[in-house]
Amino acid sequence: MSKITRRKFMQASGSVAAAGAATTLGLWPMRAFSQETVKLGLLHSLTGTIAIAEASLVEAEKLAIDEINAAGGVMGRQITPVVEDGASDNPVFAEKAKKLLERDQVAAIIGCYTSASRKAVLPVLNRAKGLLYYPTYYEGQEQDKYVIYPSQEATQSVVAAIEWMAKEKGKTFFLVGSDYIYPRTCNKIAKPTIARLGGKVLGEEYAPLGHTEFSSIINKIKAAKPDCIYSTVVGGSNVAFYKQLKAAGLDGTKQVLLSTVVSENEIEGIGKDNAVGYYACMGYFQSIKNPVNEKFVKAFKAKYGQDKVIGDPMQVAYNSVYLWKLAVEKAKSFDPEKVIAASSGLEFDAAEGKIRVHATNHHVWKKVRVGRARADGQFDIVWESPNLIEPNPFPKL
Amino acid sequence: MIRQQSGLLAYAFLGLLLFVIFPLTLDPFRLNLMGKYLAFGFVAIGIVLTWGYTGILSLGQGIFFGLGGYMMAMFLKLEASAPELPDFMVWSSVEQLPLWWLPFKSAAATLILIVVLPVVIALPFAFAIFKKRVGGVYFAIVTLSLALTMTVLIVGQQGYTGGANGITDFKTFLGWDILGDRAKLVLYFIEITLLVLAMFLCGFIIRSRLGKILIAIRDREDRVRFSGYDTAAVKAFVFCIAAVLSSIGGALYVLQVGMIAPGVVGVVASVEMVIYAAVGGRLSIPGAVFGAILIGFSKSYLSETFPETWLFFLGAVFILVVLAMPNGLASVADRFMLRLMLRNPPSRKQ
Amino acid sequence: MQVFNGISLFTILLLMALGLAIVFGQMGVINMAHGELMALGAYVTYFTSRFFASHLPGWMDIYLFVAIPLAFGVTFLGGYLLERGFIRWFYNRPLDTLLATWGLSLILQQAYRTFFGAQEVNVPLASWLSGAWNVTENIQLPLNRIFIIGLTAVVAVGVYLLLYKTRWGLAVRSVTQNRAMSEAVGINTARVDAVTFALGSGLAGIAGCAFTMIGSTNPGTGQMYIVDSFIVVVFGGVQSLVGTALSGFTIAQSQTTLEYLMSGSMARVTILLLVIVVLYYRPSGLFSSKVRA
Repeated sequence: MSKITRRKFMQASGSVAAAGAATTLGLWPMRAFSQETVKLGLLHSLTGTIAIAEASLVEAEKLAIDEINAAGGVMGRQITPVVEDGASDNPVFAEKAKKLLERDQVAAIIGCYTSASRKAVLPVLNRAKGLLYYPTYYEGQEQDKYVIYPSQEATQSVVAAIEWMAKEKGKTFFLVGSDYIYPRTCNKIAKPTIARLGGKVLGEEYAPLGHTEFSSIINKIKAAKPDCIYSTVVGGSNVAFYKQLKAAGLDGTKQVLLSTVVSENEIEGIGKDNAVGYYACMGYFQSIKNPVNEKFVKAFKAKYGQDKVIGDPMQVAYNSVYLWKLAVEKAKSFDPEKVIAASSGLEFDAAEGKIRVHATNHHVWKKVRVGRARADGQFDIVWESPNLIEPNPFPKL
Repeated sequence: MIRQQSGLLAYAFLGLLLFVIFPLTLDPFRLNLMGKYLAFGFVAIGIVLTWGYTGILSLGQGIFFGLGGYMMAMFLKLEASAPELPDFMVWSSVEQLPLWWLPFKSAAATLILIVVLPVVIALPFAFAIFKKRVGGVYFAIVTLSLALTMTVLIVGQQGYTGGANGITDFKTFLGWDILGDRAKLVLYFIEITLLVLAMFLCGFIIRSRLGKILIAIRDREDRVRFSGYDTAAVKAFVFCIAAVLSSIGGALYVLQVGMIAPGVVGVVASVEMVIYAAVGGRLSIPGAVFGAILIGFSKSYLSETFPETWLFFLGAVFILVVLAMPNGLASVADRFMLRLMLRNPPSRKQ
Repeated sequence: MQVFNGISLFTILLLMALGLAIVFGQMGVINMAHGELMALGAYVTYFTSRFFASHLPGWMDIYLFVAIPLAFGVTFLGGYLLERGFIRWFYNRPLDTLLATWGLSLILQQAYRTFFGAQEVNVPLASWLSGAWNVTENIQLPLNRIFIIGLTAVVAVGVYLLLYKTRWGLAVRSVTQNRAMSEAVGINTARVDAVTFALGSGLAGIAGCAFTMIGSTNPGTGQMYIVDSFIVVVFGGVQSLVGTALSGFTIAQSQTTLEYLMSGSMARVTILLLVIVVLYYRPSGLFSSKVRA
């Protein structure tokens, strides 16, 4: 079997699955077709509890890959995506990352959603000297040599959000979150910010992950009567939280609530009429008006259906592929070390506007925006940071 | 007779597989994965003993697996972050090492606790609950709720446990780099040696007088009790053995995988552990290990090959095994042996 | 207000547990795929609302009254087929059922994910159910909760009447107590089994339908509820429906009270430990009337 027919077979079979199976069985040498194509690992939870939020990221990443391939690839090579399922299980993420780096020899991985899964992958990356683009907003407190963080870390959105609320809506706050690290860290940043602005925290509550019974917390909120609620409730819990808030009479017209985790995707599940009037603070909203975003939204809908919506993490996932491509082209190499070095200071004209990779800390300078949910599930952007905000993953509080 | 023969053959085959074939044919990545599956083999052996022979179905073996795993992880984490506090404590503003973390500064104490702590927890719990004659489905649900409790507790107390992130990112065990390929190979051999020891221990129990009592308890507990045996004590004893095995498995899992997460304690993981034993055959010790290897391998392989639809296949495997092979792979092996012996009969026999 | 929350949570737990109490309590079948049947009910509700939104927008307010019987019907049918084609092979091996239905639940979850998408879907709330009943200035009772309370009451009374006041219910109870004897007096036990299982499944469907009003609908919805359901049923004493109700009430009231006093995670841990302690003192459930080996 010559190399060409082997490659043809691969293309004919047309699926990543077949390629995965073949390499798994060891039937083909691993670098069999690495001369013409370059592999990119897409590692997200396609099954399990986090799949709700994470599965759609793969779609955005595949769109970017298709576009790049259609435009001639990266340094003349077509990108072959290798999709793996992290199954919402941290050790599985580590296993799959290892598989992608060692067996598939991917040039980089775009992947992970929860911090837990990213933390599980870090030792693998450092061992195998593999590169990860992590496309989700997260709590910060991290800067790994082999990770690029193109989304907003906590200070970028939390400080902006709190300042905006304190200025526009009132100075008393109630903090609600799911019981894990992201909400707790966000609130740790929020509290001194509130104090600095002369505000007051009236309560701080955490619900277990996946909790669907918020009536007790809502009672506490009603007793405290805060001007603003800052919410970091995540996942399926949000649906319960918003529905129950509305039922308890605290809808978006009567109560200011801002979340740093509810994007357009979450609103699909929460229900448009349950989320109307509530605020979100994100880097990206689908309703941003600029030519790049219009093109992006159009391409996405053309590929996946007109009724699809795009949330912040999906856009960042899409950006991640491009950031990698640009860095590779700047470095003129697929070598992770060189790609990382080339990433420093890299600028990209994204759908959310211009972003710039920080010179040293692997995060990105970006604008953040506050949006107010409309009846159609989209956001009216009510505030936009005037300048790019510097990422500060290790804030001094 | 046939059972014994096929049992011996299974042991021999398993030994060959573990000690010769796997190390020779698998690359470091696969061998490491095998080490991960085999860690569950310890749990599965324990389940054969408790469920297959004594009729106690615990859906909370993940608790003990997690216990051993977390203890090992705490030790490794302290070593990795010394002299400072583990990173997750710093993020959660825990300023001083909690008292109950202190023993895990010492390797010896950790290793002893991995064996002793499960007993200290399992023995009074099991004895009390069996004394009250909580059994069958009730016991299953009690252990299931305990597994859930433990998960919620771990996730909720992240300053002390690492929360949903688990405990991760450690590099050395007493200064010995445990991440390299060579170290993984050594760990693998340590693991299978311990596994074989565990198999012998359980095999010995089953064949001893105690084993007969276990089966009698499973089949007619009241009669055994009327004959003057303290069945609660016997059951608690067996439950403890399974707990210790799970704990050892958990500790080895951490060494192989390099992390621990609350997921391995939870309900889903605990039920899966029972399935390992069921697939292999709940009455066969080598079968349990085969089951752990097989399901672990299928999970990895299917999810690599069909990342978007692999659960269909895994679910189908579970159903098929239960439906078509009530006693798991071991019963199929037995039947095969039977046919083999019928084909070339007496001349072989004395 | 807290009392109302307790009652509301109680009806939710009861709705969850009723179907299971029948399948598990009356038939001894441990159906780990019960949660997926709830999810099926939720998806049926979702598709009904979609159908109304696109074809009968004027009738949107009453789609729930179509969705409830439809969710019941579909899951009832699903349960019937499941029993005939699957569960009945496992009657003599209760713990094997657990494993096989676990496999089934994996398949069903994946099926929802593949066919309905991995993301959450939104089931709209009828306009007359949103908002709250303002009893006083500070006490507002959400209407959807009141609706669920009412629905649970109707369902519970219905189940009670069915089991204790009809010939069929008599047959179910006699099969539970003594299968051989029931067969001897001419009860078609196979059919009773199938219909009982189907009824339990149908109740799961109604529960799933009701939960769309307060929670999230996604492929993993079922798994969120299944362990809690089992705990409620076992805590109450497996064979007693009244026990299930009382146990749901006890757990709900303690949980809402504790949640007000401490953090959510700790409240949950405390409840679970309490359940275990109670089971220790009352090994066959808090409200079991008879003791059987």
